[in-house]
Amino acid sequence: MTDRPIEIKDLHVGYKTYRGTSKVLNGVHLTVDVGEKIGIIGESGCGKTTTMKTILQILPTNAVIQEGEVHFRSKDVLRMSKNELNELRRKHMAMIFQDPTAALNPVFKIETQLIDIIKSSEEYEGKKKEDFRAKCIRLLKEVALPDPERVLDSYPFQLSGGMRQRVCIAMALATPRYLLIADEPTTNLDVTIQDQVLLLIENIVEKRKLSVILISQALGAVKGFVDKVYVMYAGSTVEVAETKELFSNPLHPYARGLLESTPKLTGGGFSEGIKGRVPDYIDPPSGCRFHPRCNQVLSRCEKEKPPFIDIVRNHGVACWLYHKK
Amino acid sequence: MKMKTYIARRLGFALFSLIGLSILVFYLARVIPGDPVLMMVPPGTSPKVIEELRHTLGLDKPLYQQYLFWLEDVFRGDLGFSVYTQRSVTNDVLEYLPISLELVVLAALMEIVGSFLLGVLAGMHAYKWPDNLVRIVSYIGISVPAFVWAIIFQLIFALQLSLFPTGGLLDSQYMDIMRARRVTGFTSLDSLIAGRFDAFVNFVWHATLPALALCIGGMAQDARIIRAGMVENKEKEYIAMAKSQGLPQRLVMFKYLLKPSIIPAVTVMGMDIAAMLGNAFLVEKVFMWPGFSQHAIAAMLRSDLNTIVATVIVIGIIFAIVNIITDIMVAYLDPRIRLMEKGE
Ligand SMILES: Nc1ncnc2c1ncn2[C@@H]1O[C@H](COP(=O)(O)OP(=O)(O)OP(=O)(O)O)[C@@H](O)[C@H]1O
Ligand SMILES: [Mg+2]
Repeated sequence: MTDRPIEIKDLHVGYKTYRGTSKVLNGVHLTVDVGEKIGIIGESGCGKTTTMKTILQILPTNAVIQEGEVHFRSKDVLRMSKNELNELRRKHMAMIFQDPTAALNPVFKIETQLIDIIKSSEEYEGKKKEDFRAKCIRLLKEVALPDPERVLDSYPFQLSGGMRQRVCIAMALATPRYLLIADEPTTNLDVTIQDQVLLLIENIVEKRKLSVILISQALGAVKGFVDKVYVMYAGSTVEVAETKELFSNPLHPYARGLLESTPKLTGGGFSEGIKGRVPDYIDPPSGCRFHPRCNQVLSRCEKEKPPFIDIVRNHGVACWLYHKK
Repeated sequence: MKMKTYIARRLGFALFSLIGLSILVFYLARVIPGDPVLMMVPPGTSPKVIEELRHTLGLDKPLYQQYLFWLEDVFRGDLGFSVYTQRSVTNDVLEYLPISLELVVLAALMEIVGSFLLGVLAGMHAYKWPDNLVRIVSYIGISVPAFVWAIIFQLIFALQLSLFPTGGLLDSQYMDIMRARRVTGFTSLDSLIAGRFDAFVNFVWHATLPALALCIGGMAQDARIIRAGMVENKEKEYIAMAKSQGLPQRLVMFKYLLKPSIIPAVTVMGMDIAAMLGNAFLVEKVFMWPGFSQHAIAAMLRSDLNTIVATVIVIGIIFAIVNIITDIMVAYLDPRIRLMEKGE
């Protein structure tokens, strides 16, 4: 029995499509300890969002979890009953979505959406409408939204992108939870406000002492904030290390390429450092999925998938280059 | 509020289309049939008399003035004389229209409730058997026209199973009672006003099959639209978000999923219902429903021009009213329409 909020082992998730099953996640490992700040980096389409949605069991209906385990405090999330799942979502974890425009319901006022979240977790007998509104206003102030009264009475389309994401952050904070999943919280925002929003999230995480999973393509942001970094490629965890170690001594050829490349400001990807792109998941490359793009490819890379092994303490990698016979 | 501007604009549009319709109708009433004066006088009348009559009737005035006179008459409720019933067309409209309207209202209610239940049922259980069942029923419902449904229902439920009457408005004993108690012309309302609940029930019993025949196509179509909306929106990020917050499933389904999903159906529903009065023609015929459509058909077959004109006007006005109600409903449900109307 452990209090560890997240432990994912060898997760495989696919999507059924009309072309066949798209085998997206192909062995994801991820551990988050109490109070730990985790960063996940990897190109667009490598399965970061899919992994997060698996944790909360909010995958699209065509998704199939093929194998693997997702543990929350030693309980398997994949085998939880509806009630247990709802409790997990209500009390323990919250997610900030990649695209705040898509994440807010277009036909309800912000107030309605926010109050429903508050109501679902707090004792709401005896509380009046004004109490809920006051709580909403406190939350919106906490995420530094000017004129919270007006925001509450607005519909999502009446707000700017940055305001919408702040509202989403407020929703994630609406009830006390201790693991925050921030899925590229700034990718869809104006460059000028990306830093502000990221800073806001960092401050809140510090203030509330949350555990956090921060997915980001802004390597700078990850570097300055998280304790540990996971590198994902084409549905697998390929490397993990403490932040400083990873940035100074990346092992996996993919991680090296990633760190060498200068990410575009818009967060469009890391394409410059490594040639090629994420593979097609219907018919993915055999062995190590990175081998067609790798500049240090060995003969066995094509045939066998490299296991994930610890090279030194707390620095793991899945690559045949580091596999001693 | 902005809603007011929105409604005002919709009313403006409706007025505009009604004016267009009235010009069309005027053309139909006064221009196509030829010289109305010649049609009024017996053959062989002297030209002088004809000219005088033309003058007294204002028919020597330019056409646009005639249109305005005619419009004035229509507004005063004077739709002319029916050669078929030998009385004022307005009287006929007031007698027969309520009977049709109450059939249409019942059909509309059935359509709204039915499509909602079927659509939500199918949407909640997408790709499972309730969905497949609703799908099959819907395809059949959509592909068969209303009057065919009328005949089928009459054959099965009235003639074969004797669960419902084959036609008519009321059983004859109630017919006599209600004729004496006529207040609004709406049998349903009059029976309630008279405190004759038995007559009301008898009316609903008579109206069920024709109303069902009238609404089943639209109901099937709307159910499909609601179902499609739910299935599509279920994949939306905002539903994943609502779930991720641990909101109760009922709330996610019946609030956050349902509202955006029914908006497209409301528009189509409005159009269906608006078109019902026109579609009721053959259904009323099959069920011997003594309504406006039946009356209008009879008048048409006898080339009763004034009645035809009245029919077009009435259908046009009702169409416009239902459309306005629909627009208001949609605007009420969808803030994006209400608040983002161009030119605000
Ligand atoms: N519902 C779905 N059906 C089929 N394929 C899907 C579905 N959702 C995602 N995918 C595919 O799964 C792969 C991984 O998607 P995912 O959103 O997890 O990537 P990501 O790492 O979050 O990328 P990004 O940085 O662009 O957000 C992509 O190739 C995507 O096209
Ligand atoms: Mg993503």
